[in-house]
Amino acid sequence: MLSIVEQDFGTPRRATAKRVTLTIDGVEVQAPEGTSIMRAAAEAGVKIPKLCASEQLEAFGSCRLCLVQIEGMKGLPASCTTPVAQGMKVTTQNPQIADVRRGVMELYISDHPLDCLTCPANGHCELQDMAGVVGLREVRYGYEGENHLDAVKDESNPYFTFDPSKCIVCSRCVRACDERQGTFALTIQGRGFESTVAASQDEPFMDSECVSCGACVQACPTATLSEKTLIEKGQAEHSTITTCAYCGVGCSFRAEMKGEELVRMVPDMNGMANHGHSCVKGRFAIGYTTHPDRVLKPAIRAKISDPWREVSWDEAISYAASELKRIQAKYGRESIGGVTSSRCTNEEVYIVQKLIRAGFGNNNVDTCARVCHSPTGYGLKVTLGESAGTQNFDSVMKSDVIFVIGANPTDGHPVFASQMKQRLRQGAKLIVADPRTIDLVRSPHIEAAYHLKLRPGTNVALLNSIAHVIVSEALVKEDFVRERCEVPAFEKWRTFVAAPGNSPEAMESVTGVPAAEVRAAARLFATGGNGAIYYGLGVTEHAQGSTAVLGIANLAMATGNIGREGVGVNPMRGQNNVQGSCDMGSMPHEFPGYRHVSDTVVREMFETAWGAPLSKEPGLRIPNMFEAALAQEFMGVYINGEDLVQSDPNTQHVAAALMSMECVIVQDIFLNETAKFAHVLLPGSTFLEKDGTFTNAERRISRVRKVMQPKAGFADWEVTQKLANAMGYPMNYRDPSEIMDEIARTTPTFTGVSFDRIDELGSIQWPCNEAAPTGTPTMHIGEFVRGKGKFMVTEFVASAEKVNARYPLILTTGRILSQYNVGAQTRRTENNQWHSEDRLEIHPHDADERSIKEGDWVGIVSRAGETVLRARVTERVQPGVVYTTFHFPESGANVITTDNSDWATNCPEYKVTAVQATRVSQPGQWQKRFRAFSEVPENPVPAAEVFNAK
Amino acid sequence: MSGDNIIKMANDIGHFYGAEPLREDAIAGIANHISRYWAKRMREKLVEQAQHQDCGLEELPLAAARRLAAPTGVPAAAKIDGG
Ligand code: SF4
Ligand code: SF4
Ligand code: SF4
Ligand code: FES
Repeated sequence: MLSIVEQDFGTPRRATAKRVTLTIDGVEVQAPEGTSIMRAAAEAGVKIPKLCASEQLEAFGSCRLCLVQIEGMKGLPASCTTPVAQGMKVTTQNPQIADVRRGVMELYISDHPLDCLTCPANGHCELQDMAGVVGLREVRYGYEGENHLDAVKDESNPYFTFDPSKCIVCSRCVRACDERQGTFALTIQGRGFESTVAASQDEPFMDSECVSCGACVQACPTATLSEKTLIEKGQAEHSTITTCAYCGVGCSFRAEMKGEELVRMVPDMNGMANHGHSCVKGRFAIGYTTHPDRVLKPAIRAKISDPWREVSWDEAISYAASELKRIQAKYGRESIGGVTSSRCTNEEVYIVQKLIRAGFGNNNVDTCARVCHSPTGYGLKVTLGESAGTQNFDSVMKSDVIFVIGANPTDGHPVFASQMKQRLRQGAKLIVADPRTIDLVRSPHIEAAYHLKLRPGTNVALLNSIAHVIVSEALVKEDFVRERCEVPAFEKWRTFVAAPGNSPEAMESVTGVPAAEVRAAARLFATGGNGAIYYGLGVTEHAQGSTAVLGIANLAMATGNIGREGVGVNPMRGQNNVQGSCDMGSMPHEFPGYRHVSDTVVREMFETAWGAPLSKEPGLRIPNMFEAALAQEFMGVYINGEDLVQSDPNTQHVAAALMSMECVIVQDIFLNETAKFAHVLLPGSTFLEKDGTFTNAERRISRVRKVMQPKAGFADWEVTQKLANAMGYPMNYRDPSEIMDEIARTTPTFTGVSFDRIDELGSIQWPCNEAAPTGTPTMHIGEFVRGKGKFMVTEFVASAEKVNARYPLILTTGRILSQYNVGAQTRRTENNQWHSEDRLEIHPHDADERSIKEGDWVGIVSRAGETVLRARVTERVQPGVVYTTFHFPESGANVITTDNSDWATNCPEYKVTAVQATRVSQPGQWQKRFRAFSEVPENPVPAAEVFNAK
Repeated sequence: MSGDNIIKMANDIGHFYGAEPLREDAIAGIANHISRYWAKRMREKLVEQAQHQDCGLEELPLAAARRLAAPTGVPAAAKIDGG
């Protein structure tokens, strides 16, 4: 069922410039060439009855309800499949048409249950509407004949039901799954009366290939496919547009509400990041927002071995403030700091870093982007001049060659992946560089031209050898480089990559990728038309993460693939607001807008705006904070919505650092792993409980809108503001829009941004200022932000994490569609039905050698620690490589990751850990200690016992 | 802060700039990167470590650390490029 308010124009919009003029029911109408008569009519306010057509899908022409008469044409053509033509004269209503339509409806209704009053779609059912529209007054065929009324419901999916008795076989669901989602899970099986919708090989939805994106549910005109929450709660009475709080795609949704109760999330057709599509997380995995585990009362304790004591907000805030002040008095101004959250809004992040810089008086602020995309910020700033992706998502529809390296879009960024798959089905070529066979490599109607199966940790070697081919085979876009880039730096780079040591042949023994494949892929990228690079954490989370980002930018510049649609450097940002949290000044060396703290002009401007002296010294990064804590130099921290213990590498080290601090303040919606080491617990609020903005991977600023009161009483920004005031640094914003106004006043790339302006435009891609009043979909057109693009020499340096006889396998990590990061939210939803534990993927060859079988417990030992996971034996990974996700704390994935990190940003090297794997009979010591520690929060096992023992 | 880690971080930076054809560019790059991104206490620790004979600093980062110690030092955030 469509959202309760949206209008469906029947067929997709056509963007052609040429317009044709026709007459519909005597009225002259204009429409772009290629538009259907149905859409042209709908845009002119004439509604033609329809059932099988939907704006989101290509027309199919099966229901015959939309027939019209066209002067000079025989019969009654379907208006959804007939395009407009110059001078055409269309009649949408006359007695003959009405007769046929009634006949069609009569047939449908004769095999449809008449339980409209108790049906979940009542009032929004298109079949019901059409019966009304065509004036159906009687049904001559009774239920005595054959019918489908007793067909059994499929309730297997936790979020929606399939009730075949209500199906009119319009195939909208099938087409939604094919065209929108690209999963091809559904078919219409059988013919004529026998035809029914089947998932995969006529399996229950849960056992089929379905990934529960919800596209079919939205497309279904009847109650056949319905959300379970809709069935349970009844239809919403109002809806509010907001932005998904899961991943960096930043899908726009309508939160459909009954008072303060959320009925369902429906993707917004006008959403510019998602165009009405969604994935299982944003669409359905919302149960965590009302989960009983939510922390609703502030609590404090003097020592982490003490039980929590619930206190009032005032007491918690004044205790936190007095502790922070006490620590500063005792250990110095630099002894405290904070961590902003990429889950929170821009406005919240902005005031947290402001509190730290202006209130704490130091620059010890960092963010969880440290562990994911900090190399992106660094690498793109150095080469192109701006720490952000260069395109919008729609740009992919103009790409000819798509190069995906170290990203797994179908799991990590599913809605964008669907768009990318659309383009690939249209014929764009695909190059994948990944140690693992990700789904994109081979999926329905898509096959990568090249899958470069490199060894983990060798991205830079691969990128250099691709560059080598481009340079040595004279494939460089010389004109572009000479005009747009710094020529001496280019020449230096050209000499470097041309060296024989960087050739694919020389690098083959390092990367493991056959030289011929690298050469062919490089030629395709350089000569195949518009080439776009998409990369993710498989690039950044390495000791050479920043070098690889520089290498990617080099490639884009050398091939002239930057500064227009269809090309570019596209970091697939992980969390909903990781771009925004970086934009808002979360890095210890940068003010909002990526301006260095040592820049006197900028600093003085902020000193005036914030009414406080500011430090010109870069502050500590998260791993530096841990180091400093262990040295008793960093003793208090304000952690906003970030689970450092679970998400940062080398858990033992993080835990030891937190244990040596005197005041750890955790603000979160759940008692996360870090909270176990905290002294002050401040309840957080979900995205449904506050106003603000998120910025997605394409720099798109979208509104987050409050649809219910904060469950714990305050939105996160209000809590930070209280803490600031208690610390003696006044903050008195009445509304997050005032914070955005301040951001606009102080940040040149945000000058034109305000809540009102976003409401007006729907969303805005920064930079938005006088030069770009409606925002900037494509960056670096004509000129790079830094002026001339800068090539950087990117020598491959092998990771310090080496395999040897003791640790012969390389462990690499990733994520899965149904779970999200450390899983705090998705683990508290039915998404667990898809993924209830992290597993170790191991190649059959390696498994065989170790007598490991599917499902066995496997002990994994690294130089840092050990854990136990169940095995999944699969050829997705190559021999010598094992892989796991990190969504469950008890997996202890980060117990084994080391503290090696990116040379430029200290982003941890999650993707490369040397390990040994052996079959064991039971969960490991880590899990046992962890459970003992976790299960009795009021009377914990001493944390030291859990985290210090190896 | 642990000296070992400081040394390791400086050496890692050195490995990146080690690819610069001119030694002087490499040293300047390292020194500039450290002054731009490292907190003062970390820089001080590095400078202190660099005074020990066997501190473990490789040649280029050692030269950069000495430059950071010089009275004129490297102006914080001298330039963006090269880090
Ligand atoms: S399930 Fe819904 S969308 Fe699919 S064929 Fe049946 S009525 Fe049409
Ligand atoms: S939920 Fe999505 S993947 Fe599943 S059948 Fe429907 S459209 Fe296909
Ligand atoms: S793709 Fe990302 S933003 Fe969109 S619904 Fe899924 S999790 Fe939310
Ligand atoms: S809506 Fe045109 S044939 Fe169904």
